[in-house]
Amino acid sequence: MTGAAVVVFFALLAAFAPQLSGITGNDPYTYHLNLLAGSGVPNGAFGGISASHWLGVEPQTGRDLFAIVAYGAQISLLVGVGATVLATLIGTVLGVTAGYSGGLVDTLLSRFTDLTIAFPQLIFMIALVSLVPASFPKQYFMIAVIGVFGWPSVARVVRGQTKVLRNRSFVVAARAVGASPVHVLFTEILPNLASTITVIATMSIPGAIGTEAALSFLGIGVPPPTPSWGREISSAIAWVSVDPWYLAAPGLALFLVTLALNAFGDGLRDALDPRMTGRRQR
Amino acid sequence: MRITRFLLTRIAGMIGVLLLVSLATFLIFYLLPADPARAECGKLCLPGELTQVRAFMGLNEPVWRQYLNFLGGIFTGRTYGAGANAIVCAAPCLGYSFQQNTTVLSLIGQTLPVTASIAVGAAVLWLVAGVLAGVVSALRRGRALDRAVMAVAIVGVSAPSYLVGLLAILLFGFKLNILPDSGYVPLQQNPGQWAFHLILPWCVLAFISAAIYARLTRSQMLDALGEDYVRTARAKGLREASVVGKHALRNVMIPVITIFGLDFGSLLGGAVITEKVFSMYGLGALLIGAVESTDLSVISGVTLLAAVFVIVANFLVDVVYKLLDPRVLRTPVMHIG
Repeated sequence: MTGAAVVVFFALLAAFAPQLSGITGNDPYTYHLNLLAGSGVPNGAFGGISASHWLGVEPQTGRDLFAIVAYGAQISLLVGVGATVLATLIGTVLGVTAGYSGGLVDTLLSRFTDLTIAFPQLIFMIALVSLVPASFPKQYFMIAVIGVFGWPSVARVVRGQTKVLRNRSFVVAARAVGASPVHVLFTEILPNLASTITVIATMSIPGAIGTEAALSFLGIGVPPPTPSWGREISSAIAWVSVDPWYLAAPGLALFLVTLALNAFGDGLRDALDPRMTGRRQR
Repeated sequence: MRITRFLLTRIAGMIGVLLLVSLATFLIFYLLPADPARAECGKLCLPGELTQVRAFMGLNEPVWRQYLNFLGGIFTGRTYGAGANAIVCAAPCLGYSFQQNTTVLSLIGQTLPVTASIAVGAAVLWLVAGVLAGVVSALRRGRALDRAVMAVAIVGVSAPSYLVGLLAILLFGFKLNILPDSGYVPLQQNPGQWAFHLILPWCVLAFISAAIYARLTRSQMLDALGEDYVRTARAKGLREASVVGKHALRNVMIPVITIFGLDFGSLLGGAVITEKVFSMYGLGALLIGAVESTDLSVISGVTLLAAVFVIVANFLVDVVYKLLDPRVLRTPVMHIG
């Protein structure tokens, strides 16, 4: 439940980023060069934490770190949830199709799933980035790419569950009285898959958030000056020896939100579906 | 007999998948909007020059021919252009980087040892540590040790590798100043320094991945300990160490090895993040550099190689899997429900 509370906290942080950073009159774009020493390191202890800059300021530019972290949460959660929704949709459709049809369709789809799972995903995502025109919004591109590579784990679990459900007596009975496949799918199978899908979707979000941060960390995520946790962590490399506090804010935010979602997902799985042992999205 | 047939079908399957992957890589990187000839020719490129460059790079031919050239290059090598300016790319030719004026293979040759050094050491560490932690945790289920191990594991699962890497650099490199924070020393130059420079990347990667293996091993071990064959082994009066270590662990290792193959294979294709954090120039860094300069032949070469690593690793896993699983060679695999 602590996990759920932290998730809600970050969701609110993202939703009210402008208002919250507005309390101290900050935004993630304004430079505060007067807060920096000559070397670019923030003045004052703990990376320049003060009443008006709750998490300190960025070295070199003096931008407010609280605002950056709050606006960065928007990108992280947008991409994390968006990619997961896309992956869950694709995975559910393919998983149900494979599990319900069986036979050749099942074999082909399962092979395709294995093939997709076996791809070195990060490498392919990085390579694909080079092909996207710079004008295309990177956050939507990341949702598409992470979603398109993320569906196999959903498909596998859904396929397995569908195969089990297909032979359960209530489904067999529905078919025996002449229900159409569409009717069986939507009224018998899908409602029974709902909890499984919810669990695996929840467990997929931290992975998607992590991938977004990794792409941004590598310098191919959303372009500056749009705030992003991954890019901030990447810039912190150069400053870690003189201003380690710069790493703390975006790093902790990313770590906490991932940890909370993982814990929440584990709890949800134990509560809804104790038997599920699907492979975790990593 | 059965094992020969198994190997043959698997090898045939692997070759089929490799062909598919090479086709996919080719299609993605040669036919999508970015134009390698334009990238090579530069911004101030006259139309006539562009045609020349295109012909030189073999891009003026029909698509299927280009793919066959690409595929043929891997087996027999290929020549770009003709006459005095011709560039020969010997087999196995994965392409030629006109930006860096060298074959993609030689670029890979320079960077692969770095990535392989990172991957092999880290993989050994994480497999041993992860499985050990998972087994211990399962045997002490619900006790303090189990909870401690699982708490550390969920931290490891949640913490991004670069964050752990940066913290490790901060602690061991700057604060304690006992380990180098970056750089790579070739193995053949100085094995001691090679290992010394790799300690941090190994440990960081191992920490992240071991966490996943510990969680997986624990849940598999708990399942296995409830199985009939474990009860039978105990009833036979076998020592607990033998029950757990031989009978249960053998079954636990099957899914663990499956994931290990995937992980290790994809890590070999570029430890992108680790390389960046520790400033090592491996395959991942080569790829990132190529993406920044739109060097398409390098991008497609590295991507294809990365896919090959995963596919080959998968194949090896399948073989090991059959050797580990006592049921496999006696009865055909049954798919139940």
